[in-house]
Amino acid sequence: MQGEGGSFMITLSKDLIQITREQDVVTLRNRVKELAVKIGMSLLGQTKLITAASELVRNMLRYAGGGTVTLEVVLGDKVTGVRLTFADEGPGIADIGLAMQDGYTTGKSLGLGLPGAKRLVNEFSITSEVGKGTTVTVIRWKNGL
Amino acid sequence: MDRIPILKMGSFLLVTIQVDLYDRLALNLETDLIRMVSETNTRGVLIDISAVGLVDSFMGRILNNIATISRIVDAQTVVVGMQPAVAITLVELGLTLAGVHTALNVEKGMELLHKRLGSDAGGGGQLYDNSE
Repeated sequence: MQGEGGSFMITLSKDLIQITREQDVVTLRNRVKELAVKIGMSLLGQTKLITAASELVRNMLRYAGGGTVTLEVVLGDKVTGVRLTFADEGPGIADIGLAMQDGYTTGKSLGLGLPGAKRLVNEFSITSEVGKGTTVTVIRWKNGL
Repeated sequence: MDRIPILKMGSFLLVTIQVDLYDRLALNLETDLIRMVSETNTRGVLIDISAVGLVDSFMGRILNNIATISRIVDAQTVVVGMQPAVAITLVELGLTLAGVHTALNVEKGMELLHKRLGSDAGGGGQLYDNSE
């Protein structure tokens, strides 16, 4: 995967969490916080990352019944960051452009999950195939705005 | 079942959230609070979130719901003690908590409730004209 400025990214640590029920969300939040603290992220950075993770993992539970989250500490362009990959085998998203719009939802939520999470991280990518599942990858750099 | 305790003080309900909220816990709090507001003679609800390190869109919506429903059954809600990092994150997420009164801490929150409700609530509150 390409990092900021097109340089390569090195994975420094990697961890996997299975998400199957609501309580796993709390575990995930704690693990994300541990990693963010470990690399020296500011409190605001930590809060943004954990909130984004909370939104994304809720989507995974609600629409796909769960999935796996990969937690990595990555080294980009001379700066470390936390990369989270949310992968599910749910119904997939037919129109990603629509799903990324503020206020759009097929459920009963506020429709802030995906677009909101994107605003809270430094890098965001989403791939989805109807009937196969969805993968969302986010990165928040240690010194990210 | 997991529950957050609700304290009744005169015509006020006090809630201090000391744990990390997950969806079920937040939903239970919503149900319990709304039931207590309508069953007892509640005029004000004070929710202290100073120990909460994260409010995402779901919890934000719950706070909004509590405030909106309370208002319909004639009670005021004030959320106090939100950490600055949580406030910044909420706004960037796209949630403004427009329908919720907020205050810096419990003391200021109680003051706000007394002001909004005048002397008939909580005991000892003075009658202020809190023009909106």
